[in-house]
Amino acid sequence: MNTLRFFLPLPVVLGGMLTWAWVSAVVIVGGQNASAPTLSVLSREGRRSLSILSMNDQDFVFLDELSAVFQTTTREDTLGALTVAYKGKTILLTPDQPLASIAGRLIPLPAGPIRSARRWAVPVDFIGRALSLVYDLRLDLRKSSRLVVVGDLRVPRTTVRVEGNDPARVTLETTPHASSSIFLENGSLIVKFDADALDLTLPSASPSVLVRAVRIVDPASVVVDLGPRFMAFRAASETTGNMGRVTIDVLSTQPETQPSAPAPPPGRDNPEALPLTSTASSAHSIAIDPGHGGDDEGAKGVGGTKEKDLTLAVARRVRGLFETRLGLRVLLTRDEDRSVSLDDRTATANNSKADLLISLHANASLSTATTGASILYAAFDREGAGASPIAARLPVLGGGMRELDLLPWEEAQRRHVDQSAALAQALAAELRDHVPINVHAIERAPLSVLEPANMPAVLIEMGYLTNAGQEAAMTSMEFQTRVAQAIFDAAFKFRNASLVEGGR
Amino acid sequence: MSVRRGLLISGALVVTAGVTWLLFLGLPRWYSRRATRVPAAPVATEQAATGRKIKARLMYVADEGTRLTTVERDVAFGETTSDQARSIVEAQIAPAAEPFASAVPPGTKLRALFVTERGEAFVDLTHEVSKNHPGGSTSEALTVYTFVDVLTVNLPAVTSVQLLVDGKPVDTLAGHIDLRRPLGKDLAWVQ
Repeated sequence: MNTLRFFLPLPVVLGGMLTWAWVSAVVIVGGQNASAPTLSVLSREGRRSLSILSMNDQDFVFLDELSAVFQTTTREDTLGALTVAYKGKTILLTPDQPLASIAGRLIPLPAGPIRSARRWAVPVDFIGRALSLVYDLRLDLRKSSRLVVVGDLRVPRTTVRVEGNDPARVTLETTPHASSSIFLENGSLIVKFDADALDLTLPSASPSVLVRAVRIVDPASVVVDLGPRFMAFRAASETTGNMGRVTIDVLSTQPETQPSAPAPPPGRDNPEALPLTSTASSAHSIAIDPGHGGDDEGAKGVGGTKEKDLTLAVARRVRGLFETRLGLRVLLTRDEDRSVSLDDRTATANNSKADLLISLHANASLSTATTGASILYAAFDREGAGASPIAARLPVLGGGMRELDLLPWEEAQRRHVDQSAALAQALAAELRDHVPINVHAIERAPLSVLEPANMPAVLIEMGYLTNAGQEAAMTSMEFQTRVAQAIFDAAFKFRNASLVEGGR
Repeated sequence: MSVRRGLLISGALVVTAGVTWLLFLGLPRWYSRRATRVPAAPVATEQAATGRKIKARLMYVADEGTRLTTVERDVAFGETTSDQARSIVEAQIAPAAEPFASAVPPGTKLRALFVTERGEAFVDLTHEVSKNHPGGSTSEALTVYTFVDVLTVNLPAVTSVQLLVDGKPVDTLAGHIDLRRPLGKDLAWVQ
């Protein structure tokens, strides 16, 4: 009757690996390709490059390459004039004349067309000043970045500065503002911007003790590679006008350097500027499980609220709160209204090696008077028996056998149950300050979603949907934000407590 | 003639005396001796058929819907552990009388019940136990531990209980409590 499944503690982070494998050199500017400069053209279709001919301090692009990228045609008449046509619209150019003519209107250019090795070239300004007037999509020429953005792509100008050696401060500024999330992975800080690409200026400073390199991966993430002495970071973000700024203070293992860490950026009333510290040796990845989903609607409120919608809404709030304030990576076991098996939810947390698992739920009762939040953690029938690994011998590559201790899948939580109890205590204390809490604030039960979790794990019942007052409250943004805040505060305190006790 | 007559009268008297002894002394003694010799079980079966009851503690919802409370009730006597477990569960899932409320969803019926030699009780319920469940971890725990505790509390021979739905093992009733293996008694859910 019992199907035996085993939990193999192997570092299987397929999703992460795929992301990392898809490394593309997006837009790196600053003349780093001085030997063969190119003009990058970014569009929904991808990235194209145009050769740049530098002459008399001007960048020129060849009309034949322009035709291939922008679907124009170029014709040279007997008098030497050039006609660039796009969908029936024409731009006239005359050699040596720093002008373009569109329907009789003269557009000034910094230089006229020039011929080089039987090819015609025009100043790059031709794209921004002339071609953009006849082209279907918006053309945004960024000369200093040698970049053309086609259409409505979000490609904020991004500058990265690294100051100080130990501690070090990394400042990332985006114009226009792009929201970002920060997480720690494999010894690097990853700042992921909500953008299609980055028009990035990287620092020219030499590597420091704590910040070894700054680079770009995938379309819109900046990676800060950290030195071996890295211990903790704290991040803050602020918005000034059209510009967004993320400031990351990187701290080392030397305790005496910590107090001298620079203060967060100005903006006392900025809610995102929190002086919080995230350490490498503590929780930096949290799995949030929005209970139920898809056909499984969960409990239903007297007013029609579905538990599955409520849990997803709060999970998203928690994610938003964590990622902007603490630099933690937050993983949702589902981010849409779909059915996910309980084992798959826990597997997501286990495979991504999350440090905590918090499953969000809403309760139901036979009594409409029942109210208040509860936190549950796993119960096992034979308490104190401890996880009993099953020894197995498996063949290994190259021949031979290897002894392995296999942990039954549904027993993984046994090793963490004390920590789960501590997490439940921390959550109960914080929730009590934010939302109504049930007289039985902490409960234990053999919960399917928690038993296989290979990390401290709890299930939060946020309140009773069967109570009309609680149902109305739980659907409000205020309540959901309070729960998210309580989870945030509890996770922070739990982590600090774990550090005091010697880490996890 | 008188001699033959005398013999007949004497014979009749002896027969009458014998029958009288048999009716009023011999048979009652024989019956009483026999009654003390017969095993208890057949008598018990006979008495169960005629409505013999035992006292059992049934589980109902209390404490604003977050705990169970025990209520003593007469339930039908069962000869074997499985029979007794069945009659307890039948009584448990019957609609609760006011003022008590049951954590067993309405419409739930018992399909089958058997107890293994190791004391694991398998309680096979109809799908209403899952379909009509209101959801929520607490409510689901109360439903599950109604069955687990009503059997383990009343029957020392039962050490754990696994719920089946429509004859099949299930992961959970409403998405929370793990039903993939038998669960032991947990009185934390009982007031």
